[in-house]
Amino acid sequence: MNTADQYLKAIYLIQQVEDGPASTGDVADALEVSPASANEMIGKLETRGLADHEKYTGVDLTEDGIVRAREALTNYCIIERFLANVLDVEEFRVEARSLEAVIDDTVAERLDRLIDRAEECPDCFDAETDACALLDLEEVGAD
Amino acid sequence: MSLSHAVTSDRQLARLLQIGVVLEEMVEASAAHHTAEREQDLDPEVAALLQEAAAEPERHRERLAALIDELDADSVAYEEVEALVEAQYAADDAFDDVLYDQLCNEETAYKFYDDLLTALGVDDQTDGDSGVPGATDSDGGVGAATDDVADAAFSVDRDRLVETLREIRDEEAAGVEDVTDLMERRA
Repeated sequence: MNTADQYLKAIYLIQQVEDGPASTGDVADALEVSPASANEMIGKLETRGLADHEKYTGVDLTEDGIVRAREALTNYCIIERFLANVLDVEEFRVEARSLEAVIDDTVAERLDRLIDRAEECPDCFDAETDACALLDLEEVGAD
Repeated sequence: MSLSHAVTSDRQLARLLQIGVVLEEMVEASAAHHTAEREQDLDPEVAALLQEAAAEPERHRERLAALIDELDADSVAYEEVEALVEAQYAADDAFDDVLYDQLCNEETAYKFYDDLLTALGVDDQTDGDSGVPGATDSDGGVGAATDDVADAAFSVDRDRLVETLREIRDEEAAGVEDVTDLMERRA
C-alpha cells in the first residue's frame, strides 16, 4: 500500500470517528508523522482531487478519495484477517500495521482467497478498535 | 499505523517470508488442483507447465523455510493452505481458467518478492511510480528510508537473504513469461 493510500485510509477512519473533517493534527498522530509532513501530503491529495482541505476545519475526502480509501481499508482488513485466521497471529493489529506498506493490492487480493470476509467489508471495520468488528478476537492465537 | 516501508526487524521479516511461503503453497495447490481436475483433458504443454508449477514452489518453500528457521519462527504447513485453496475452488468457479489462474499466481509471487526486496533496500528492479513501497514511492520522504533498511541487522545473513529472494523473484518472472508465451501460442 503506498503512502497516499495510507493517508486516505487514515483520514477516512478519523472522519468516521469524528463524523466530520479530520484535523491535520489527528492525521499526523494517526500516521506518526509531523504535522508538516501531513500537511504536505494532504496538499498532494487535494491536487489529485482526492481530498478537500479547509484551513481551520480540516480535511474531507472527495468521492474519489472515499473510493480509494475504502479500497485501501479493504486491503488492510485482508491483511489483518489473514494474520489472525491463517497465521494465527495474536497481535495481528500491530503486525498488520507494520506490514501494510509492503503488501500491495495484488498480493492482498490473492491472500483474500484464503480468508472468509463478510460482504459488508470494509463497513464492518471498527475504527476505534482498529479491527474488523466481526473478527472473533477470542479465537485468534488460541492454538 | 506506520508509514515506514522498511523491513527492519526479524519478526517483520519472518512474517513476510511466511507470506511468501503461503503464496508458494497457493501456486502449488492451484497447479495440483487443475491437474487433478482435468488430468485426461489437459493439453501436453499445459500439463508440463502445471507440473513445473507444482514442483518449483516446493523448492522455493524449502529455501524460505530455511531462512524462517534461522529467524526462530515457524513455516506454514502446506496442508492448511491446500485445504483453504481447495475450499475456494469449491465455492467459486471464477478460477477455472487454468492458464489465467496460473498467470495470476506467478505474477503475484513475483510482485511480492520484488516489493520485499525494495523494502529491504534493494532497488534493482522496481516499478517506479506504481505504488511499490520503498525508495521509489512517488510520495517519498516519509518512510522511504533506504539507508536505514540497508543497515538493518537480521539474524539471517543479509547477502544470502537478498540472493535467495532475488533468485526466487527471477524464477517467478520466468514463470510469468512461460505462461504468457503459452497463452499467446494458444490464442
